[in-house]
Amino acid sequence: MENNINIKLKVWRQQNARDKGRFETFKLDNISTDSSFLEMMDILNEQLVNEGKEPIAFDHDCREGICGMCSLYINGRPHGPDDDITTCQLHMRKFKNNETITIEPWRSAGFPVIKDLIVDRTAFDQIIAAGGYVSVNTGGIPDANALPISKDEADEAMDAASCIGCGACVAACKNGSAMLFVSAKVSQLALLPQGRVEAARRAKNMVARMDDLGFGNCTNTGACEVECPKGISLANIARLNREFLVAKIQD
Amino acid sequence: MVKIDAKIPQGPMAEKWTNYKAHQKLVNPSNKRKLDIIVVGTGLAGASAAASFGEMGFNVKAFTIQDSPRRAHSIAAQGGINAAKNYPNDGDSVYRLFYDTVKGGDYRAREANVYRLAEVSNSIIDQCVAQGVPFAREYGGLLDNRSFGGAQVSRTFYAKGQTGQQLLLGAYQALMRQVELKTVTLYTRNELVNIVMVDGKARGIITRDLITGKTQRHFGHAVVLATGGYGNTFFLSTNAMGSNGSAALQAYKKGALFANPCFAQIHPTCIPVHGEFQSKLTLMSESLRNDGRIWVPKKKEDAEAIRAGKMRPTQIAEVDRDYYLERRYPAFGNLVPRDVASRAAKERCDAGYGVGNTGLAVYLDFKESIERLGEATIRARYGNLFQMYEKIVDDNPYDTPMMIYPAIHYTMGGIWVDYELQTSVPGLFCAGEANFSDHGANRLGASALMQGLADGYFVLPYTVQNYLADDIGTPRMTGDETEFVEAEKESQDRLNQLLSINGQRSVDSLHKELGLVMWDFVGMGRNKEGLENAIEKIRAIKKEFWSNVRIPGSNDGMNVELEKANRVADFIEIGELMALDAYDREESCGGHFREEHQTPEGEALRHDEQYAYVSCWEYQGDDKEPVKHEEKLDFVEVPLVQRNYK
Repeated sequence: MENNINIKLKVWRQQNARDKGRFETFKLDNISTDSSFLEMMDILNEQLVNEGKEPIAFDHDCREGICGMCSLYINGRPHGPDDDITTCQLHMRKFKNNETITIEPWRSAGFPVIKDLIVDRTAFDQIIAAGGYVSVNTGGIPDANALPISKDEADEAMDAASCIGCGACVAACKNGSAMLFVSAKVSQLALLPQGRVEAARRAKNMVARMDDLGFGNCTNTGACEVECPKGISLANIARLNREFLVAKIQD
Repeated sequence: MVKIDAKIPQGPMAEKWTNYKAHQKLVNPSNKRKLDIIVVGTGLAGASAAASFGEMGFNVKAFTIQDSPRRAHSIAAQGGINAAKNYPNDGDSVYRLFYDTVKGGDYRAREANVYRLAEVSNSIIDQCVAQGVPFAREYGGLLDNRSFGGAQVSRTFYAKGQTGQQLLLGAYQALMRQVELKTVTLYTRNELVNIVMVDGKARGIITRDLITGKTQRHFGHAVVLATGGYGNTFFLSTNAMGSNGSAALQAYKKGALFANPCFAQIHPTCIPVHGEFQSKLTLMSESLRNDGRIWVPKKKEDAEAIRAGKMRPTQIAEVDRDYYLERRYPAFGNLVPRDVASRAAKERCDAGYGVGNTGLAVYLDFKESIERLGEATIRARYGNLFQMYEKIVDDNPYDTPMMIYPAIHYTMGGIWVDYELQTSVPGLFCAGEANFSDHGANRLGASALMQGLADGYFVLPYTVQNYLADDIGTPRMTGDETEFVEAEKESQDRLNQLLSINGQRSVDSLHKELGLVMWDFVGMGRNKEGLENAIEKIRAIKKEFWSNVRIPGSNDGMNVELEKANRVADFIEIGELMALDAYDREESCGGHFREEHQTPEGEALRHDEQYAYVSCWEYQGDDKEPVKHEEKLDFVEVPLVQRNYK
C-alpha cells in the first residue's frame, strides 16, 4: 500500500573522466513508496533544475529491466537491495523512513566514469566484436526448421542469452572480472548447432579481448551470479572454461 | 510542388518484389568500397541494415544515441515476431498474413509494401535461427508458435517474453562482426541534430557527441534513418526514456513528407498510471491475451466497492463479471486487435465500471488458465512478465487478476517513403517504426519486429544499392563544403539559443504538460472541438518553451537537460502536426477514433470515398501551416469492407 517516506541521499558527483569526484548529500521528503527508484531520482533532479543546479547524470532508458542501461551501485549492491531486478525495477518500498541511501557508479577498471553515475561500458561491445556471433551473412540461409534442436538445449541457450549486458557482474566482482558476461554469450552460441561450429575459436578470441581490455581474473567467488539481475548461472563459466581449454589444445 | 510517386513496380501483387529485384541496378564490389552509407539508429531496422550493408562491402557509418547498439528500444519488444511459415498447418500463407495486416491496419496501408513484408517474413525467421536466436521450440526440436491479436492462425515466433531482445542481439552481433571487420564504423552516444543537403540530395548529417557536446560533420552518399517512433510526444508511453522523434522531424524540415502523423497505437495491456511522478508506462505483452481473460464487474456497485478498497476482485462471482471482449467480439474474443481492445476498455471505464483506485483499469485474469493448464505452465509461458508486474505493482498476479489500462505504445505514422523506402528527399531513406509504410492506421501485434528486420535485412540492401548505382561517380565529400558548415552552424545556433533562454520551467514540466494535452485531446477519443483546443494549447506550450525553459549547465561536455530540451522542442512540433492531421482526417480508422464518426455499436467508421489516402504533410517553415498532399491508396487484392471481429 502507498506510503510516503523521507530519505537522505549520498550521491557520487564527478564532472568528467578527469575530475576526482566526491559525494554530495541531498534530502528528499514525502517520496511515495510506490515510486520506482529512478522516479525518485527524477524528483531529485527536478528539484535541482528548479534551483538552477545541474542535475545528476545517470544512465537509464527502457525502465522495464531489459535494455541494461541503468547501472547504479546502491548501498553497496549493484542494482540495489532487491533480488533479480535492475535498478529501474527497484521501488522505494524497499527503503525505510529516514534511511540514508548511498548511490555510486559501477566501479571497475573496465568501466571508466564519464560523468556522475554514468560509466563507459563500450568494452562489452568490443568483447562481442571479438567473436560473440555466428559468422553468417544476410541471406542464403536454410529453412529455420531444417535443423531440429532439442527443447532443453534451446531453453538453456535462451537462459544464457537473457544477459542484458548491464555490467553488474563486473561491478560486483572484487577482481572486476567480466567472465559471467563473456561466458553467457559463449554458452548460448555453443549450445546451438549454428554456433557450435566456431565455439572454440569464439571462446579464445573473446577471452583474449576481455584480458586486453583490463578486466580482472575470475577467482570463483560467485558474487556475479548473486547480483545478476537476470539470474545468469555460474555453470556458464564452467562451459566457457571447457571451450577455452579445447581451443588451447587445438592450438 | 512535391509529386507523390510511390514507385510501385508493375505486375501482379505476388510478383512485384521479384520483378523489382530482377531489374534493380547493382554496384560492383570495387565500387561498393567507395560508397559511404550513413545509418542513424541501431535498433532492429538500423542494426540489420548497417550489418547487411557492411557484409555487401559498402563503407558504413552507424550512429546511436545509446552507449551501445544493444540498448535500442527494440530490445523491449516482448511477445514475438510474425511470419507466414504455416508450421502449425493451420491455414496460414503469405497471402493471409498480407490480408490480415491490411485489414488489421484498417485499410490505410499500401498494399504492395505490405505484400512484400509478408513475403520476406519467412526469410527473417531463417536468418535469425542461423544467427543463434534461441526461439522457443517444441519437444520434437522444431519451432513453436503462438497466437496474437487480429489473426486466427498461430504465426508468432517467440523467445520467452523477450523476443525483441533476442532479435536485436542477433542484429547487434551481426553489426559488431562488421565493426570488427572494419566495414562499419560505430559512433555511440552520438545524436543526429541536422541533415545536410547538397544539390537537392541528402549527403550527410551533423551529429552532437553526447559526451563532449561537440558537433561533427559526416558525409554519406546515402543516409538511412531508422530512429524509431515518436510515441514519447505523450510523455507517458511504453517507449524508452530516450526514444524520440527528432531525426524524423529534422528530415521533415528538410523536405521529407510526414505521413499520417495522427496514427498512433494505444496498447490495451499496460500497467495503469499510479501517480504524477510516474516516468513511463510498462507494457504487459499482448501474448498474455492468449491465456488471460479481460473483464470488469457487471454491477456498478461492485466496481465502486473495488475502487473504494472495500472489495477484492476475487470476491466477485463468475456471473457478476463482464468479459466484455468475449461478449462483444465472440469470433476473436480477447484476441481482437489492439485499437479495438483499447477502445473497449475505455468505454467500460468511462461508463463507470473501471477498477483500481483511479477507476482507470480493467482486469486481466489468469484464473481459468491456471486451473486448466496448471500454474507451472503459465509460469513457463509468462514468468518474466508476471515477475515484472509483481515488482512494479507489489501484487501477485497468480492469485489476483492483473490490472491493466491502455497506453501509447507505437506510432504507425512517420516519414513518408516510396516502395524503395526512399523519402521524398533523394538519397534519404527511412526504415522501421520511423517510416509510415506497412501498418496503416493500426499495427497488429508481433508485426513491428517483422517490419524492422524486413526493412533492414531484406529491403534496403536492394533498394539503397539501386539508388547508389547512379552515384558511383560522386567522390566523397570532406565535410568542409559550405552546405556542411552551414548545417553545423544552424545546429549550434539552436543549441545555444536553447541554453540562452534561461527561464523558470524545467524541460520535464513542459513535456508533461504537452503529454497531458496529447492524451486528453489527441488520444483514444478525438473530436473536432477537442482538437481545435489541442492545437491552441500546443502552440501556447511552444511559446512557453521557447521563452521560459531552463537548462542548467553548458554545451561543453555532457548535458542531459540540453539533450532532453532539444528533443522536447521537436515533440512539441510533432504534437501539433499530429493534432492537425487528426483534425483533418474526418473519419475513424484503426487507432484514429474521431468520436463524430462511429457506427451505432461504437465501432470505427471509415469514409473510404474521401479518406482512402495517406496524408503527406509538407513543411512550409516555422509557424506556417504545413501543406497536405494525398497518396491515394488502391485496394486491388483486399476489398474494402468494414473490419469485423465479431
